[in-house]
Amino acid sequence: MSAQLPPLSQRGFLRWLWRQLTSMKTALILLFLLALASIPGSILPQRGTNPILVEQWITDNPTLGPIFDSVGLFDVFGSPWYSAVYILLFISLIGCVLPRLGLHWKAMRRPPPSAPKNLSRFGGGEFEFAGEPEVIIAGACAILKKERWRTVVGHDTHGGHWVAAEKGYLRETGNLVFHFSLILILVGVAIGGLFGWRGNVIVREGEGFSNTLTQYDAWGGGKLSSADNLPEFSFTLESFNVEFERGNAQSGAPRLFEANMVVDQPGEPGSTTHLVEVNQPLVIDSAKVFLVGHGYAPKLIVRDSQGVVVLDDAVVFLPQDGNFTSTGVIKVPDADPQLGFRGLFLPTTAVDEIRGPHSTFPAPDDISIFFGAWAGDLGLDDGVPQSIYTLNVEGMTQLGIDPLRIGQTWKLPEGAGSIEFTGYERWASFQLAYDPGKELALIAAILAIAGLSMSLFVQRRRIWVKVGEVPGRISGSRVKVEVAGIAKASGHDATEQVDRLVELLKGKVL
Amino acid sequence: MDSLGLADSSNNFIYAAMVTLFIATVLFSISFAAGRRKEPQVQLESAKVLVESGGSKLQESLSEVTRLEPGHRAANIGMSLTWLSAAMLLVGVVLRGMWAGRVPWGNMYEFSITSALGILLVFLVWSTRRDLRWLGLFVTIPTLLTLGLAVTVLYTEAAQLVPALKSYWLVIHVFAAIIGGGAFTVGAATAGLSLISDKGWFKQLPSREKLEGLTHRIISFSFPIWTFAVVAGAIWAENAWGRYWGWDPKETWAFITWVVFAAYLHARSTAGWKHQKASVIVLVGWLSFLINYFGVNIFINSLHSYAGM
Repeated sequence: MSAQLPPLSQRGFLRWLWRQLTSMKTALILLFLLALASIPGSILPQRGTNPILVEQWITDNPTLGPIFDSVGLFDVFGSPWYSAVYILLFISLIGCVLPRLGLHWKAMRRPPPSAPKNLSRFGGGEFEFAGEPEVIIAGACAILKKERWRTVVGHDTHGGHWVAAEKGYLRETGNLVFHFSLILILVGVAIGGLFGWRGNVIVREGEGFSNTLTQYDAWGGGKLSSADNLPEFSFTLESFNVEFERGNAQSGAPRLFEANMVVDQPGEPGSTTHLVEVNQPLVIDSAKVFLVGHGYAPKLIVRDSQGVVVLDDAVVFLPQDGNFTSTGVIKVPDADPQLGFRGLFLPTTAVDEIRGPHSTFPAPDDISIFFGAWAGDLGLDDGVPQSIYTLNVEGMTQLGIDPLRIGQTWKLPEGAGSIEFTGYERWASFQLAYDPGKELALIAAILAIAGLSMSLFVQRRRIWVKVGEVPGRISGSRVKVEVAGIAKASGHDATEQVDRLVELLKGKVL
Repeated sequence: MDSLGLADSSNNFIYAAMVTLFIATVLFSISFAAGRRKEPQVQLESAKVLVESGGSKLQESLSEVTRLEPGHRAANIGMSLTWLSAAMLLVGVVLRGMWAGRVPWGNMYEFSITSALGILLVFLVWSTRRDLRWLGLFVTIPTLLTLGLAVTVLYTEAAQLVPALKSYWLVIHVFAAIIGGGAFTVGAATAGLSLISDKGWFKQLPSREKLEGLTHRIISFSFPIWTFAVVAGAIWAENAWGRYWGWDPKETWAFITWVVFAAYLHARSTAGWKHQKASVIVLVGWLSFLINYFGVNIFINSLHSYAGM
């Protein structure tokens, strides 16, 4: 049998929908969804943190890759479905908390409700005191006030006097502060996302960088960030120091890396020198410069078939493992035919049958480079932008492979030219970041922790003291005093508070 | 003492703590096995309620009754040995730090021995406020497992910190995470027990309602600490990597753990979710804490991969 419900009007339906959305059960389900939706973001590579791994994953899984990509599994935290969950959660939160704000405001301004008729069902106890009921009540009231209870005094129809007290309003205050702080954190994140920017740049030792968009290797900014109006400054990487663990334990682990920088700012006379380390960023204006990585840049000289120098530079190689087995690409479009090299830089050389050439320690103890050379068309004129770290060997012929030590030269076969390995430089990679929302997020987070602690540790309790008027009582004789209390949260009670009150009352009245 | 002496002493103290804790576990098991003959605790609880409303005289005779319960002696010795074990573990951790010349939180071996200490400390400090002897068995077992993993699989020689860890935020962030995680583990024990408290030998334990109340208390304690650990981590990340939140797998799982325990606290005030379902949520939250600790450190490539293995 189904109850015949009247058809819902549109307004009624909306109201029903709102009530559903703001119910605790919905909040619970949305919390679970949020946790569940976060999981793929920790298992699959994400575009935001590791775009190269994402491309690799898609290449390795030709069936699943594109499907996953189309539903945003490689950008979980920016995907529409993830946003939907947390936006719904925040709407639910606001819908839940706003009405409670009103209720709490009223409750804070209202005196505690009067004492219930029958105190015995709230535990507590009965005590005998000598004294006038009014005096005892006044005494209890004074004690409670001193202990910062909110009190109200009254008497019931048959002449009994009582005081009702309540404490722990901060619990709900904390609860509300916590939830509003969460909204504030979201606002801080949004401000950072809209107005902030972040860029990465690789700088070789001795090289400089000035803060304009074109100088970055990668740059990303929010919709409202000022890309053409970055703070003006420049710096030079004077030197870069690295040390690795040489003991047996955790051999090869980094122990120190620090960059000596010289910074120039407009309006500031002269340059300033700074030491930038991990955990110790450089702050310029509102932007911060972080040291995030480092590597090797072998110095190379390439000559063409006529012996003319067509390249003389230190080329940035990217580390592939903890021992800095590094790969890099050299493109020489000015040679005829054009030349391309793929290189494997090994700071501490080892060659075995399984892994081939690789490095066994990150420090430059036994340096070599393995080169593969190609001649032909580099494909640079097609207009398709190419990464400087990849070589497209389509349309090129391989000339051979050769290992080189510092100071050695490889004369390419067929008289195509030569490549000389003259030494190496170090490079450091920096992340420059500007996030105008982070202070707000921090303040909100501190408020959230404070609110949360209040809402979990403060207990809302009520306490009552009641003195019954016995008809025909002789003034000054003993009277029966009832004291009882409750806590609002389950698992808690007011025994301690009642005991303390009785103790103090005895000291005061007896 | 030279550095090798420190290393040996640290390891010796850890092993001694494990042996002591193992004996404590055996004693708690004996007590638990003996306790199966006992009347279900429910009656005792209701007696206690009566007593509490009456006065304190009866309280004494009640604790007399408690003392005479079967297995009481084994449990008492177990508690003492747990204290002893925690003390030795503390010495082992401190010596490890002295050997390495830094806070002993540079790799997973060191995180694990300190986490074991964290679990024991949360349990022991709590036990000074209420009788928790019945919980001993279920706290010492996960602690022993943690220590066992630490000395076998995770053991690493002490070495310096990688530059990314050289910050005073290491002390603040990791300390909060260890205490929060220790309390989550104790909470998972009470939550798990509340789910089986009406079965067989587990009937001797406090009632389901009581266990749920205890779980709520311990999670209420650890949730703000975990929140603080996450926020401290974010501040540190901003200082080290230039962003306070980057959805690194470690951050993601810390967030998932946080959300699940937030769900637990909401479940406790949602009709129909207060009891078994809430306890299951605690176990899920603890699982995600474990995934964050073991899974992310060992199996996932994360900025937080400091396992040192």
